[in-house]
Amino acid sequence: DINPCASLWRRRRREGAAGVHLRSLVSDSGKQELIMAKSNASDAQALVRSLRSAYAATPTNLKIIDLYVVFAIATAIIQVVYMGIVGSFPFNSFLSGVLSCVGTAVLAVCLRIQVNKENKEFKDLPPERAFADFVLCNLVLHLVIMNFLG
Amino acid sequence: MGAKAENGPKPPPPVSSPPPLKALVKLKTKQQELLIRAAALALIYVLAFAIRLFSVLRYESMIHEFDPYFNYRTTLFLTRNGFYEFWNWFDSESWYPLGRIIGGTLYPGLMVTAALIYRALRFLTFAVHIREVCVLTAPFFASNTTLVAYFFGKEIWDAGAGLVAAALIAICPGYISRSVAGSYDNEGVAIFALLFTFYLFVKAVNTGSLSWSLASAFGYFYMVSAWGGYVFIINLIPLYVLVLLVTGRYSMRLYVAYNCMYVLGMMLAMQIRFVGFQHVQSGEHMAAMGVFFLMQVFYFLYWVKDMLNDTKLFQSFLQITLTCAIGVGTLALGIGMASGYISPWTGRFYSLLDPTYAKDHIPIIASVSEHQPTAWSSFMFDFHILLILFPAGLYFCFKRLSDATIFIVMYGLTSMYFASVMVRLILVAAPAVCLISAIAISATIKNLTTLIRKKSKAALTVSSKATSNLKASAKALLDQSLPFQRNGAIAVLVGAFYLLSRYAIHCTWVTSEAYSSPSIVLAARGAHGGRVIFDDYREAYYWLRQNTPPDAKVMSWWDYGYQITAMGNRTVIVDNNTWNNTHIATVGRAMSSYEHEAYEIMQSLDVDYVLVVFGGLTGYSSDDINKFLWMVRIGGGVFPVIKEPDYLVNGEYRVDKGAAPKMLNCLMYKLSYYRFGEVTTEYGKPTGYDRARGVEIGNKDIKLEYLEEAFTTSNWIIRIYKVKPRKNRW
Repeated sequence: DINPCASLWRRRRREGAAGVHLRSLVSDSGKQELIMAKSNASDAQALVRSLRSAYAATPTNLKIIDLYVVFAIATAIIQVVYMGIVGSFPFNSFLSGVLSCVGTAVLAVCLRIQVNKENKEFKDLPPERAFADFVLCNLVLHLVIMNFLG
Repeated sequence: MGAKAENGPKPPPPVSSPPPLKALVKLKTKQQELLIRAAALALIYVLAFAIRLFSVLRYESMIHEFDPYFNYRTTLFLTRNGFYEFWNWFDSESWYPLGRIIGGTLYPGLMVTAALIYRALRFLTFAVHIREVCVLTAPFFASNTTLVAYFFGKEIWDAGAGLVAAALIAICPGYISRSVAGSYDNEGVAIFALLFTFYLFVKAVNTGSLSWSLASAFGYFYMVSAWGGYVFIINLIPLYVLVLLVTGRYSMRLYVAYNCMYVLGMMLAMQIRFVGFQHVQSGEHMAAMGVFFLMQVFYFLYWVKDMLNDTKLFQSFLQITLTCAIGVGTLALGIGMASGYISPWTGRFYSLLDPTYAKDHIPIIASVSEHQPTAWSSFMFDFHILLILFPAGLYFCFKRLSDATIFIVMYGLTSMYFASVMVRLILVAAPAVCLISAIAISATIKNLTTLIRKKSKAALTVSSKATSNLKASAKALLDQSLPFQRNGAIAVLVGAFYLLSRYAIHCTWVTSEAYSSPSIVLAARGAHGGRVIFDDYREAYYWLRQNTPPDAKVMSWWDYGYQITAMGNRTVIVDNNTWNNTHIATVGRAMSSYEHEAYEIMQSLDVDYVLVVFGGLTGYSSDDINKFLWMVRIGGGVFPVIKEPDYLVNGEYRVDKGAAPKMLNCLMYKLSYYRFGEVTTEYGKPTGYDRARGVEIGNKDIKLEYLEEAFTTSNWIIRIYKVKPRKNRW
């Protein structure tokens, strides 16, 4: 299935506008909550189990990139919490700190997408080129951050 | 292989170099095509530059209009004092006594570009003056825009469409209007940056490469540094991403392209002090951030769905995640807008969505003539046949939908909407209209020429192959319908050629007649057909420069502020930046009050000279008396003591005997018509006949008590008055 999400969206469109759909989805979930209350716990466990088993099958290099992304996002969250405590006075410093974390996380996700062998779109892209692009973008990002830190 | 021994020294092969022309023809078809394309592009490049030079040839190499004078002054400062002084410049010569933080309130892209070109030329030992570089910056960047249009057209459709797009945009009047030689304004560089950013982004979406996204982030940075219209980019691109997601054209390349461009582009854009933190605090930029978060959620869900191959589990996961994400998103947006942290849309951009907003609430924005809604005649004038080819191009784009054509369709439709709301924005629509029309032209011509060439190819095959009965009858049938098609195709091609040649003639005429006037030098035809030049503006500014003390302060309407500081080198009270409405309203109040009230206001502002523009002697219609009602409205908006009905008679604006008494005695009237009652302007008319309004003025015997006339230019277009110091008190 080249574009599985397209089928999902197409089905939604056949039934009406996407906006209406989201609302009906929420009300649906509201109605179904009562029914699913009992099976919720077992469902959640099954979900977590299948996610864990599926994730264990990913190659190591992708797992390293995922770890880097999690680290970057965690750093960003710590900075936001700190800003919440002490206030945001040098706003440019706060922004540059948070955006450097978020930026490098996003770039790492792009690298993961380009390096992942399952993505047919990037079949012809050598992973060295993907990594070189990643390094270049990070370089530019951090140079701008250093200028903006004040 | 080398086992055979050679018999002897071999004679050298006969060497003959074919003459150059034959070598040209001997090239393979692909190389010939490349040569033709390169030659055509080179000619288009030169054409785009040359067509913008009318005013330089007719008058002289000078800066036009009002805003470019400010840009010229800042560029001069930059080249003389260096970048750090420029970036931290506080100017006390404008907006007396407030001053203006120029370093933090301008878009530096244009000035830095011109200064870099100047430095490069100086390095190559061309001794140019910075004014020449400034005058020719816009045509140079227009030529570069044609190159970008070629590559963009190639990306969207094919090389033929690219060439046609380059040719169309080289002479499109909608673009020429703001990029003639001498129009040293932000738009000259900004349209190049806009198209360049869009091209790089579409290339990034098509290839999914991080380096193209990085390039588009830099293109966006250049656009942000050049013009306030960058808001269009930062809203169109998220809208485009949203449309792609909704229509199911969802791909990994889109994720890479948008995220890299957004994060890096935002970081780079915040380096410009004038933009500052707007990317995270302003309502106009929130769409981009919203789409950024939406993409993270969307692709995360896609990844989880990919991992779990069980749809039921995924559905429940989907529901939970969606409700959480939507809840958090709306909560954050709601808190942000309610607490005022995310500022709402500013008046300038809100009036694009609600055109009636400015007239009721912000008279300054409503008073600018470029901000009025567009009439059909303006569209026809600026686009000519492109207006008809635009829907045709849309049809072709819908026939061959791809990520790139969806983008150009969206760009075209949104920019056409905005162009219809405000005349000035025809400029932003021009590249989109040219590209889409180029697609129509190129696709049509390609289909027609294949029709024509197919018949001759069929004839060849018939003659060379042995034909069976069946084949012969089939070919006979084909031959019968083809002559019709062939003639029709030739007729349509001739028609297309005619239309395009009319377009070229129209564009040249429009450029020559309408868009090449410097506005600071006026020209008219004399009685014997010879050209008469009115150079009053520069005469007055140079008088100011040479005959007033260096610290003199000049009060005039804000239109002329930039020119007075740039050419007259004197401090002004208000200028075109219009950042302080109350200060402008103070000047407006002074112009519309009686002389003794105005004198008090002028003393409070330390005014030494007052400058008014008067067109009654020459028939020049953009003078201060015609702008006077705006002064009343803006002044009355802040000081309720000024009421607009006081100056009108039965709702009519008059300056003759039947005018309102307050009108006949206000400062602006007195200063414009002082001693005009003694002048005979036209044969057969009484003295004091105002040629711009077409009436005899009402108050011919004007006496000034607190001001005295200092200078009036040779055609009475600019009049300068000196404010008398207070009388000695006994």
